[in-house]
Amino acid sequence: MAEAVSAKTPSLSEQYHLENEVKQVKEDPSDENTSEETPDDITLKTAPADFRFPTTNQTRHCFTRYIEYHRCVAAKGDDAPECDKFAKFYRSLCPSEWVDRWNEQRENGTFPGPL
Amino acid sequence: MFALKTIVLKWLFLTISPCDAAEPWQLGSQDAATPIMQGIIDLHHDIFFFLILILVFVLWILVRALWHFHYKENAIPQRIVHGTTIEILRTIFPSLISMFIAIPSFALLYSMDEVVVDPAITIKAIGHQWYRTYEYSDYNSSDEQSLTFDSYMIPEEDLELGQSRLLEVDNRVVVPAKTHLRIIVTSADVPHSWAVPSSGVKCDAVPGRLNQISILVQREGVYYGQCSEICGTNHAFTPIVVEAVPRKDYGSRVSNQLIPQTGEA
Repeated sequence: MAEAVSAKTPSLSEQYHLENEVKQVKEDPSDENTSEETPDDITLKTAPADFRFPTTNQTRHCFTRYIEYHRCVAAKGDDAPECDKFAKFYRSLCPSEWVDRWNEQRENGTFPGPL
Repeated sequence: MFALKTIVLKWLFLTISPCDAAEPWQLGSQDAATPIMQGIIDLHHDIFFFLILILVFVLWILVRALWHFHYKENAIPQRIVHGTTIEILRTIFPSLISMFIAIPSFALLYSMDEVVVDPAITIKAIGHQWYRTYEYSDYNSSDEQSLTFDSYMIPEEDLELGQSRLLEVDNRVVVPAKTHLRIIVTSADVPHSWAVPSSGVKCDAVPGRLNQISILVQREGVYYGQCSEICGTNHAFTPIVVEAVPRKDYGSRVSNQLIPQTGEA
C-alpha cells in the first residue's frame, strides 16, 4: 500500500511496475475537465460551480436555478433556447422529487418563490 | 528474457491490491483514492510523528520520576516551586509543536473546501430508509428522464463467493475516474450520511438540504462505504459502493445501466 503513495497519480506503468510497457502506455495528456471528442467519449458537462453559492449547502443554488428557468420562460416564451441552459442546471442539481413537487405547486399556484 | 523474468516475478510477488473496503482487524486507513484522502493520510502521519515524540518524552519523564524518587530511594522531597528556564521552555516547545500540527491541518482543511475546477458530472445521492437512490441528470431533455436507480444491499443469503458481507449492493454508482465530480447528498426521509472512506468522503444527508462534495477519484476500482448516521432499524444494512471506471468506458456503462432501468426509473 505504501508504494502507491505519491504526490501525483502514478502512471499505469508505475503503478504496475512494468518496464517494457513504459514506451507503449500513453498517458492521457488532456486535463480532466476538457473531454476529447473521440467517438467513444461523450462530452461531460454539468452545472458549473456558482460563486454565489460557495459553501457546501447548495439548496439555494438548486432553488435559484429553478426560479431562473421559470422566469426566463415567463419572459421569453416556452421554447426559448436561452432558457435551456437554466433547465439543464436545475435538473442536474435538484432531486427529481423536489422538481416534481415544485411543478405541482406551480400548477396549484402555491409555489413559495418569486417566479 | 531478463526483463520478462522480472515482470513475471513482479506480478507474482509485488502486485499491489489496494485496500478499498474495511478489512478485519484493520488498523490503518484504507488506501487513498482521491487527493483529499491522500491529504488526510499524510496529515495523520505528520501528527502521529509529533504524537510519538510527545508520548515517549512524557512516559520517559514519568517513569524516571517514579523510579528515582520512590520514597525508599529518596525520602526527602524537594520543594521547588519556580524555575524560569524550564517554564519558558515548556511553554515555547508545546506552542511550536502545536504550530507544526496546525499548519498542515489548516492547509488541508481549507483546500478541501476549495472548488477550483468546474465539475464535469453531478450525481445526486439520495438516502432513504433503507436504501440509496442515485440520479444522473446531466442529460435530461425533460423533467422526467434522468437515469435514476435504487441501490439496495445484497442480503447475506444472496452473496456470491468473494463478495463482502454487508457491503455489496445490487446497483453500484458508476463514476469516471480522473474526472472532477460533484456529488449532491440529500435524504428523502430521515438524516443519513454518505461515506466512502477510501475517497475521504463523509457527508451528511439531511432532508430538505443539498450538500455538495467535490471529489476526483484518481484510480479505477471499487470503493465501499457504509451509512454513517443512525437512520433506523436497517442503518447497518445500507452500504454504498462506488465503481470508478475509465473515462472512455463511462458512457457505455451508464447507458447500459439506463436500458434495463428505464422500466423502473
